[in-house]
This record gives sequence, C-alpha cells and structure tokens, in this order.
Amino acid sequence: MASRQPDVSEVERVFRDVSGQAVATLVRLFGDISLAEDAVQDAFVVASERWQDGIPPNPAGWIVTTARRRAIDGLRREIRGRELLSDVAWAGSAADVYHQEEIDERVVKDDQLRLVFTCCHPALRAEHQIALTLRLLGGLSVDEIARSFLVTEAAMAKRLVRAKYKIKAAKIPYRIPSDADLPLRLRSVLGVLYLIYNTGLDDPERAPLRAEALRLTRSLVGLMPAEPEAAGLLALLLLNEARVGARRVGDDLVLLRDQDRNRWDRALIEEGHAIVRACVRRDRPGPYQLQAAIQAVHCDAASYADTDWQQVVALYDHLLLFLPTAVVKLNRAIALGEVGGPGAGLDAIEATAAELDGYHLMHAARGEMLRRLGRFDEAQRSLERAAEMAPTEPERRFLARQIRTLVIADTGRPGMEGVEGAPTLEGH
Amino acid sequence: MNQYLLSTWAVADAVQGAPTSPEEMQAFMQRVIALEAEMEEAGAFAFGGALHGPDTATVLSSSDGDVVMTDGPFAESKEHIAGFYIINAEDLDAALAWADKVVAAIQHPIEVRPFRATGRVADQMPDA
Repeated sequence: MASRQPDVSEVERVFRDVSGQAVATLVRLFGDISLAEDAVQDAFVVASERWQDGIPPNPAGWIVTTARRRAIDGLRREIRGRELLSDVAWAGSAADVYHQEEIDERVVKDDQLRLVFTCCHPALRAEHQIALTLRLLGGLSVDEIARSFLVTEAAMAKRLVRAKYKIKAAKIPYRIPSDADLPLRLRSVLGVLYLIYNTGLDDPERAPLRAEALRLTRSLVGLMPAEPEAAGLLALLLLNEARVGARRVGDDLVLLRDQDRNRWDRALIEEGHAIVRACVRRDRPGPYQLQAAIQAVHCDAASYADTDWQQVVALYDHLLLFLPTAVVKLNRAIALGEVGGPGAGLDAIEATAAELDGYHLMHAARGEMLRRLGRFDEAQRSLERAAEMAPTEPERRFLARQIRTLVIADTGRPGMEGVEGAPTLEGH
Repeated sequence: MNQYLLSTWAVADAVQGAPTSPEEMQAFMQRVIALEAEMEEAGAFAFGGALHGPDTATVLSSSDGDVVMTDGPFAESKEHIAGFYIINAEDLDAALAWADKVVAAIQHPIEVRPFRATGRVADQMPDA
C-alpha cells in the first residue's frame, strides 16, 4: 500500500488507466459487455472509498477481482444468471492471472486487443465505434462522451445501448482477427482513433478527446508493436499535437505558413520524428506512416519557405498509391504550387474541382492560387464560396479577412498556402 | 450455431447488375451453384433461393376476426426482397465471410441480419 493518501483525481486517473483492461478481461470471463461494464463501474465505486488510504500496487488486478466478485454476486441473485454462471464456471481460474505475482502480460494484452477489435468492428457505424471505444476502452463516463459529441447524456446512453445490442444480437465475435482479416480490421481501429483525435481539434470543449486518442493509440502500439501503421498513426498524432498550440492566436486560426514555430512542442516532434525514422527503416509503408512522414517534413523546416516541398510532393505521390482520394490530390496540388508555381498548383487543383465542389478548402486553395496569379476577380469568387461553406466560425472569419485583403491590396499580402494543412488530413 | 438471413433486394422489379445475355446468365448460374455446393459442404446452407416478383405476392391480414386477402406485396415501396439465404454460422465474422462470397457470386449488395430465434420455435421452448 502506498503510504501517502491519494486525492480523488488521482484515484480517478488510475481507475481510468486500468478500466479498459479490466472491462476487457471481464468481457472474456462473462461474455457480456454490459455486465462487464456495470461490474467495473461498481468496482470503481468501491475503489473510490477503499483507495482513500492508498492505491493498491496492482490496481488493475484489484479492479478485476472486485468486479468479478460483484458480477458473480449479481448473477447468483437471478435464475438466468445462475445458468450463465455454470457456463462460466471456468471463469475463476482464468481470472487468476491477476492473483499471480507475475501478471500474464500476454493474456491481459490479448483481452484488450479483443475489446479494441470488437468496439471498432466494421459492421458497426462510426459513431457507435467511437462511443464504444471511449466508454469501454477509455473508461470515460457517458456524460463526458456526450459532451464531447454535443449530444445529451440520454442520447449518448441510447447510442451505446444500440451498439451493444447489435454486438450481442448479431454475435460480433470477441476475438483478435485472423491474419487475413487483420489489415482491414486494423484500418477500422486506426480510423476510429484518428476520428476521435480530429474531433478534439479546434474546439477547446472537446480538447480532452485529443489526449484520449493519444493515450489509446499509445496503448495500441504497445499491444501491437509489429504493426507499422499503428506506429504511423501515433507519429501523425504526435506531430499534429506538437503544433496545436500554434494553430490559433486567440480565437483566430493561424495557417502553417504564419505559425510561430517557436511555439511548437519540440519534445513531441522529436518523439514523432523518431517513430517516423523507425517506420522508414522498417520499410513497410502505409497511409498513416506516409501522412506522418509529410508532417515530419513540415516539422523539420525552420520556416515555411525552408520546407522541402519536393519531398512533400513525393510523399503525397506515394500516399496516393494507398489513398487515391480527391482530398489527398488537393493537398498534393497545394504542395505542387510551392514547387512548380501557382499555375501548376491551379491546374492540379482544377483536376479535383468537380469532385470537391462541396469542400470549402478546395475553393480556398483555388482562390489562393488565383490570387498569386493576379486573377483577383476569380480569386474573390472562390474565396467567397469557401467562406459560404466553411463549417466553423474561425474559418469563416479567416476567409473573410483573406477576401478583404484581396479587395484592398493587389499582391504581396499574407496568403493562404498554409491551407495545405487541411484539417481532414493533417493539422496546420 | 447461429442463423443469419442474407438477403438481396430488387429495385422496381429489376436487380441491378443482373445478367442480361444467355452467356452471362450461364456464368451467373455456375457461380451460384458452386457457392451453394460450398455452403452445403461446410454445413452452412440452411435454406435459400430467388423469389418471384412482388406482383405474385398476396398479403393476408386480420380485421375484426376476418382474414382479409390483398393482391400484391406488403409495401408500396420500389424495393422488394429478391432472394435470400439462411445460413448457419458461428458468429457475425463467419456470416460475413459467406456474405463476401455471395456478393462475389451475384455481384449485388446483400444485407446480413441475425435471427432472433434460431430454428423451430419448439426448439426454443424450455423443457417441460
């Protein structure tokens, strides 16, 4: 037992750190997600009293043991439960991994991976995958998740119930996918984590989601150290996170081009760079690793002008082999504008225009290339369309400033090349 | 073992991508026959087949103790079930693996849906 008294927030933090793995083990033992979730929640209530005197040396084991006891007590009270209990008679011995001096790391890790893949099963819709991941793996309360997604607690609770109902009714398995299924299934997991991170961008209310996404991604990399794409996502998140502080001054967006690079977090950049280098050595490229590599080039540059744009374009070319989407083509086009001039950039943007007509950043980038070409009337029309479609107030304000600048002056004003850091793909 | 419904839908009586020429039809039939043999072999095939069009349907409903018969399908919708398989599968992943093969054979989207009760109702009743 620890000698000093932990405060409430420390108990909560330790609980949150171990809650995902406790739920994962309980799901394996009882084969029921809701039961596991409730039992771990009960164990937390007990922990918040008992841990006042000190957090036990093996909090995960403590929570699993307590939750298991609670679950069995609960099941004994009902007939249906007694049937279920006979099915899981072996549960006791399986839980003993936590009683041993040396916790069987492999069993615990496999439990967690099984839960990751169940929560992010591609048969579940994205909003359900996200809700399950944050609740079951992240240990967030329903209310916390609801606030992050701007819905009521009741609506989020309903969403979770629906998701768990589908898992149970359709028998979504609690299993690590076979090697053949793994690439597709892992992509789904990484997509969920990236979405959670991006939801936390540009809104202070939702900022905790970024930390949660980073924590879960770190944990995933620990669980699957041989998967370069998991490492790639971690690097991408770290390199984005390093620059979050410089993306805004007050409520205003600051583009990559104009950011104060002294405000970038060097420690996070170094960690991200180290992972990108390890990925390059491993030489099993994939979309997240390449996006991380692109961000690594930006983070490497002392200034916007010093950026190795040739390298950025080459990395986008490579990325297009994995992710041949119009948004990637747009980002490549913007980088190309830095290498071959605004004419080349504009031509490449026009090639995406039909597909991205509803995407404000395409119109913003097009407007910028037109401005640099001196075609101010067309530039203004593009920027106005971008402003009309921009989804957030800071973006609308930013574009309105660009339009004013365009109207007042001719050239030589701060431009928006930095739109290259489109939030859907990469942070500014 | 669990059971899943793998169903395919026709829009306005036509299945998009359905074979049009006799050669295409023959190739289509060969793919379907091979797949059904594979399902049978694996013990996955419970039942299945293609349905006649919605014009051949009859709806029965009960009204004040009388059974009323109506010519035509349930809904006025343009979409109607065109065919289905009922398969036995260990879990959703196993059902999805069969669904993959069905999509490859018929080249048309299908919906995978779990049965609430499996097999005959009597099998679900507790022992008396």
